[in-house]
Amino acid sequence: MTSVSMTVNGKAVSGEVEGRTLLSHFLREDLQLTGTHIGCDTSQCGACTVHVNGKSVKACTMFALEAEGAEVATIEGMANADGSLGVIQAAFQEHHGLQCGFCTPGMVMAAADLLAANSNPSEADIRGHLEGNICRCTGYHNIIKSIQAAAAQMG
Amino acid sequence: MPKDNGIGESPKRREDVRFLTGRGQYTDDMKLHGQCYAHFVRSDVAHGIIKSIDTSAAGKMPGVCAIFTGEDFVEVGGNPAGWLINNRDGTPMKEPKRPVLAHGKVRHVGDAYAAVIAETYEQAVDAAEAIEADIDEQDAIIDMAQALANSDHRVHDEIDDNCCFDWGWIEDNRAATDAAFEGAAHVTSLELVNNRLVPNAMEGRASIADYNPGTDHYTLYTTSQNPHLTRLLISAFVMGIAENKLTIIAPDIGGGFGSKIYHYGEEALVLAASKKLGRPVKWAATRSESFMTDAHGRDHVTKMELATDALGNFLAIRTATMANMGAYLSNFATATPTYLHGTVMAGNYTVPLVYVNVKAVFTNTAPVDAYRGAGRPEATFQLERVIDMCARELGMDPLELRRKNFIQPDQFPFTTAAGVEYDSGNFGALVDKLEEIGDLKGFAARKAESADRGLLRGLGINTYIEACGLAPSNLAGILGARVGLYDAATVRVNATGNISVMTGAHSHGQGHETVFPQIVADLLGIPAESVEIVHGDTSKIPFGMGTYGSRSLSVAGSAIVKATEKIISKATKIAAHMMEAAEADVTFEDGTFAVAGTDKSLQFGEVAFKAYVPHDFPHDELEPGLEETAFYDPANFTYPSGAYACEVEVDPDTGKVTVCSFAAADDVGNVINPMIVEGQIHGGLGQGIGQALVENCVYDENGQLLSGSYMDYTMPRADDLPSFTVDQTALTPCAHNPLGTKGAGEAGAIGSPPTVVNAVVDALSDLGVTHIDMPVSPSRVWSAIQAAK
Amino acid sequence: MYDFQFEKPSTVAEAVAALASEDAMALGGGQTLIPTMKQRLAAPSVLVSLTGIAEMQGVSASGGLVTVGGSAVHADVASGAGDYPALAALAGNIGDPAVRNRGTIGGSVANNDPSADYPAAVLASGATVNTDRRAISADDFFQGMFETALEEGEIVTSVEFPLPESANYQKFDQPASRFALVGVFVAKHADGVRVAVTGASEGGVYRWTEAEEALSASFDASALADLSVDASGMISDLHGSSEYRANLVGVLTARAVAACS
Repeated sequence: MTSVSMTVNGKAVSGEVEGRTLLSHFLREDLQLTGTHIGCDTSQCGACTVHVNGKSVKACTMFALEAEGAEVATIEGMANADGSLGVIQAAFQEHHGLQCGFCTPGMVMAAADLLAANSNPSEADIRGHLEGNICRCTGYHNIIKSIQAAAAQMG
Repeated sequence: MPKDNGIGESPKRREDVRFLTGRGQYTDDMKLHGQCYAHFVRSDVAHGIIKSIDTSAAGKMPGVCAIFTGEDFVEVGGNPAGWLINNRDGTPMKEPKRPVLAHGKVRHVGDAYAAVIAETYEQAVDAAEAIEADIDEQDAIIDMAQALANSDHRVHDEIDDNCCFDWGWIEDNRAATDAAFEGAAHVTSLELVNNRLVPNAMEGRASIADYNPGTDHYTLYTTSQNPHLTRLLISAFVMGIAENKLTIIAPDIGGGFGSKIYHYGEEALVLAASKKLGRPVKWAATRSESFMTDAHGRDHVTKMELATDALGNFLAIRTATMANMGAYLSNFATATPTYLHGTVMAGNYTVPLVYVNVKAVFTNTAPVDAYRGAGRPEATFQLERVIDMCARELGMDPLELRRKNFIQPDQFPFTTAAGVEYDSGNFGALVDKLEEIGDLKGFAARKAESADRGLLRGLGINTYIEACGLAPSNLAGILGARVGLYDAATVRVNATGNISVMTGAHSHGQGHETVFPQIVADLLGIPAESVEIVHGDTSKIPFGMGTYGSRSLSVAGSAIVKATEKIISKATKIAAHMMEAAEADVTFEDGTFAVAGTDKSLQFGEVAFKAYVPHDFPHDELEPGLEETAFYDPANFTYPSGAYACEVEVDPDTGKVTVCSFAAADDVGNVINPMIVEGQIHGGLGQGIGQALVENCVYDENGQLLSGSYMDYTMPRADDLPSFTVDQTALTPCAHNPLGTKGAGEAGAIGSPPTVVNAVVDALSDLGVTHIDMPVSPSRVWSAIQAAK
Repeated sequence: MYDFQFEKPSTVAEAVAALASEDAMALGGGQTLIPTMKQRLAAPSVLVSLTGIAEMQGVSASGGLVTVGGSAVHADVASGAGDYPALAALAGNIGDPAVRNRGTIGGSVANNDPSADYPAAVLASGATVNTDRRAISADDFFQGMFETALEEGEIVTSVEFPLPESANYQKFDQPASRFALVGVFVAKHADGVRVAVTGASEGGVYRWTEAEEALSASFDASALADLSVDASGMISDLHGSSEYRANLVGVLTARAVAACS
């Protein structure tokens, strides 16, 4: 076991992990942040998408030890300080951008990553950016709508 | 005028808050004190005789708590088929035992023959590697035609022709149908494959069993669309655990699409392991396991024929299908290609004769069962493809050929040649709506514009009707169902006037927690926010049959209506007592009880409070409390219908198909929450277009699963799909349930595959292409173009 | 997955030393290796992360060369290789955004997946693969599917791309994995045209020399009209037959040439 320390959603955390402990495992099992979901084993579904040092990554395809000293953001940290839904989260609710909710954390994190880099994405930009996030429920239509609405609101 | 978030409104979904903040509670998110982990040892060959399994070394590995093999379950029952289908000659189908763990033989890649329970997941996997199994590989039986023809190779030794059943619908129509074909002016014939799919709910299956030795009670947290059905199967058929000693909890579920209807061996295994160890035992599927073991969908090989007169009037439909059952019968596998398939083969049409033959075949592949649409997508695909082909052969417009044969609005209720009675519909109105929202008139200009860019544009049209809202129990029973298909609700008015509704339906994306309160709020004239939905826990809810077959709103929602009406009836008695009036003089409207002709009135909340503070109730006339349960058994299936249009562009050099637009006009009956209905249609379209365009589950001749991960099984992504244009206003209410709803969950997945393929064939028709099997992948389209040259 | 010891050296020398231990493996972004380890198909005893080595980071341009550090992630190349637009565009279309934030060029070329994008760029560009111990020309580096000239424990520290006069990469996605079903990189250099094909051949990335000759004589898609692509030796799988892949090689090459001009 090796010690690992990082900042998750603004809080300093640490733990003892094996070399093989994935970041997703550390978040879910050690920190009880179970909003980061595991939907596949080939790094494709994107349900585990989190931000590491401001960039979206698949937490199931990164070892916890690789995140030593990093700033990690997960879905649990996306709400406003008062607990109300953040702009992207609220847009997903307003536009019915989720159904079963399983892919949703990854979708929100991917959307945040896109909007941080591109405040006015086209529909094609959004669809392209979601290449690594699979949703089985929505047909994506309302996810696109939600992200467009969030972009408009964030200006 | 809709009441406060009542029927017809689109309030934001209340379940979204927990899902959007990472506070959903899916099975694998739970961690019970002292839990250990199960890992299954699965066959890597498709067919083999288990000669020996040596677990001695594995048993000594670190952290191992227990190891199970098929030997441990010889005495327990098999996981049964839910429907018994009779052969054409009246003899019953073959039902081989489906054990908890494979015993004697492994029958598909992924068939579990052992399970290891250990302190950690990795320890369980380590120990599994130390199990030595001697499995004598046999030839795999994969191709259905060969399976039927070759009795030397058997999936189950006792079934010589690998045939589960040979079913005719309607057998009495067979001779007349054949005669109609003999005399027909025109016959269109089409051989096609309905491609095998993997459901791929984004959450894999997972189960945690928690046996309490102190109370001898089992609790099973599991990914189920129907916790009571799962309990019934485990109790009555597999494990023999008393129902009152087994609680099934289906918490937040990350999508089902059919695959989580069924009881699977992993659930029984963790229950047995928890009992043996006296500790909670957890199992969560990897995606690889999901690919190998979730019940797959579709997989039909079909010959479809349509006979018409010279003017295009449909005279008869005749079809023969081989339906893949896989290695074992999953719970609804036998109903899917029969009563969910043959019964809608007349489609939207007045065709007088239909004959459907289905042979269900065992192969060394994963079990196949109902997947979103279940039987009806296959029927719609073969029917609407052959109609499209017929139109081309007759030189008629595909839409006009359909219109010409539609059942007309004044013909309802209409009993079809496939033996069901459609209660309502207006197919012409749907087509009119489609022409408007799809701008079909503008197609020619768009085709020319595509041609300027070197691309071939096609327009595909499709109409569909489905039978859902499963199902009238008496009819289901006549047809062989081992269960009834009613649903149940308990409406509990609490003393302070808020309400808990316990429903037998399970919400795993459908939004019941938001929609069902709209119904109660509308009926009681109270805010929807004061109604809470409880679902998914057999210790809390009445015995309901769960969520599938687009049934929740029409069946479980109707049960809620019935229970709420009982509440109003009881509350009216209490109000009459409180206002010292005759019950017949008390009216109830918008949440207010009043005595006609007086100024006396009471709010619903006041009456509710009185129900629990009954100091002056006449005990022989009025019971305290305000809680009612109702069971609702539908009088008929519901019959949603629709008209779809799709435009594609085909790149003739690469064969790549791009879906440019998709328009869907659906009649789902009355709409309770338009936002959620639209979302259901979108999702169905995504899966149906996925089937048509990209999805394909492929086994090689040795039974190895070639598409066993997202590296090779193509899930439709955001950039594969267009935005959709949808409309649900050309509606006709269901005539036999109190809400007038028909169901929306499966519509998109049923109507869209033939729409896409019709569009691709339209794009390529000038080249002489008449059919391409799904998925219409670039390589298949390119090959079809080459072959037509 | 099997457990291992995790090392994260900060210099190339330390990395080379760490890789000397038995069953040690280098870890770039892990986007291929970690899924492989999950299947227990790789079992390193020591995993040496190369992402903490400053000298292997970054993208720079000078003297007609674009140099990409071995640990530069695809997103860095997409945004930082503006002097070589075709390379930047290729990097910006590998995998998906999250994969591009982790996957590295060193990991990609060292793995030499027959359907990977980077090998086509490296080969068509006539790039040089620099390692901890030598410089290897692209023509010598790729030696067949998953095979390279790298020795045990050898680390790709950077890749130097000479800037062509014009270049373009055409990728036809394998629909599930989004790797290249076929990808063709065409680079017009002062001394001739190089055409590299990925995804198609059972031998991994290769140069289509007939097309190079034809295009060196006349850099126009029409120069390819008389060439045919032999389907023998092409990959055939559930996503496309060898004949289909052969067709794509021709189509994509023509499109790449057209996009260059």
